[in-house]
Amino acid sequence: MISGLKEIIKPYIQDEDAFANLNEETDFINDLKINSANLVDVVLDIEDKYDIIIDNDAMDSMLDVKSALAVIESKVAAK
Amino acid sequence: MTSAEIISYLPYSKPFLFVDEIVSVDEHEIVGNYTYGPDLLFYAGHFKGNPVTPGVILTETMSQIGVVCLGIYILKQSGSAMTNIKIALTSNAIDFFKPVLPGEQVVVKSVKEYFRFNKLKCKVEMYNEANELVCRGQISGMMKI
Repeated sequence: MISGLKEIIKPYIQDEDAFANLNEETDFINDLKINSANLVDVVLDIEDKYDIIIDNDAMDSMLDVKSALAVIESKVAAK
Repeated sequence: MTSAEIISYLPYSKPFLFVDEIVSVDEHEIVGNYTYGPDLLFYAGHFKGNPVTPGVILTETMSQIGVVCLGIYILKQSGSAMTNIKIALTSNAIDFFKPVLPGEQVVVKSVKEYFRFNKLKCKVEMYNEANELVCRGQISGMMKI
């Protein structure tokens, strides 16, 4: 699932080195330098790819790879 | 919501207000117009001896009518208290087809693609008085109360 997420994030990242070293602890804004508007696109792309709906609370928690994967897993499981 | 009411919530004033009137608006789309007065300051320098409305000003006009005014309408309809609106342009991709000269009125038409997590993304078009396409593209911004 992390490779699927990586594919979604790729067009929006600013820091190539942080992206090359992406792991569960990678923070979207502080490490990858994704801006808040593009973070919205990341979340909308996640919705499309996994056919899930992400609400405001879930969105607010999706600040790093680990928390994004957790949201995806729980939403996919709840389908 | 009237045109004057929407404009009253805009965080711009002269010389950087580029909305005269909102002609129609609903949750999905908006139409408005603006006339570029021949005495606007930038004409003195863009270009020397050959005044043409700068593309950045056309883009700004499309953003103010097509994104900010539409966002204000949607936020107001959803019951938000309209104090302290925070806005930021986050991206645009515009193609330009015709020049706009001093004194011309333009009409901006915008259709919402989505408004989620405070991000409003729209497909925006601008037409001149001859109803020719002046420019079109996508504009996104963050809007938060």
